[in-house]
Amino acid sequence: MPTRPLSPHLSVYKMSRYTLATSILNRLTGVALSTGQLLLVYWLMAVAGGARAQAQAARLLALPVMKLVYAALIVAFCYHLVAGIRHLIWDTARGLERPQSRRSAWLVAVISVVLMLIVAYSAGLAPAGAP
Amino acid sequence: MSLRSPLGRVLGLGAAKEGVHHWWVQRLTAVALVPLSIWFVVSLLALPSLDHATVIAWMSQSWTALLLIVFVLVVTRHSQLGVRVVVEDYVHGAGAKTLTLVVVGFAHVLIGAAGVFAVLKVACGAAP
Repeated sequence: MPTRPLSPHLSVYKMSRYTLATSILNRLTGVALSTGQLLLVYWLMAVAGGARAQAQAARLLALPVMKLVYAALIVAFCYHLVAGIRHLIWDTARGLERPQSRRSAWLVAVISVVLMLIVAYSAGLAPAGAP
Repeated sequence: MSLRSPLGRVLGLGAAKEGVHHWWVQRLTAVALVPLSIWFVVSLLALPSLDHATVIAWMSQSWTALLLIVFVLVVTRHSQLGVRVVVEDYVHGAGAKTLTLVVVGFAHVLIGAAGVFAVLKVACGAAP
């Protein structure tokens, strides 16, 4: 492994807290959703396997600990969706000025939390994060 | 003086011979996933229950099956591109990096294929 600095060059950037947080959260939630996709396909395969296979999978998917997983996935989905749209707007070279970016970071936080609560409520879960 | 050949400059594909392909596909799949993922979450939440008969009836509708297949394929591609960048950033050492990328790539193909297979099986009425 070379001794020169390697990507991501975390040490060369002056990162104020909100830029760092919004960026790394987008990554984290993306990876979380990738694992959520495993759950989705596991469930789809169980459904395709018939009523017995689905009932077996449902027992696993209904474990109390899974509520935490679903809450985390809802948080991840809502954040990644809203933050992703912010990235797509950036890709059109709009909203890149510092005050705009700070404002959109707050917008992302507010909109995604509202979305999380709506989805968690519709899913019959307690507000996101609660067991 | 540029050391790039005229052809290289015109193609604009850089040293990796890919140009902006990765970046562009990541964006295309992201744009597609905005409506697709919202559709998926809303329709899943709208199901009265998740018991076998209900889910089978839902997945057997042509539009549901079609959109589910597209959703699984696009999500898999988007996920693979995203996880690839994460691995490239955080897994150091050429051997470990290549190995991780290969495993992650294989896993994504398997997951995508399994999702499409499951939906097709149900949609064709082959689920027991």
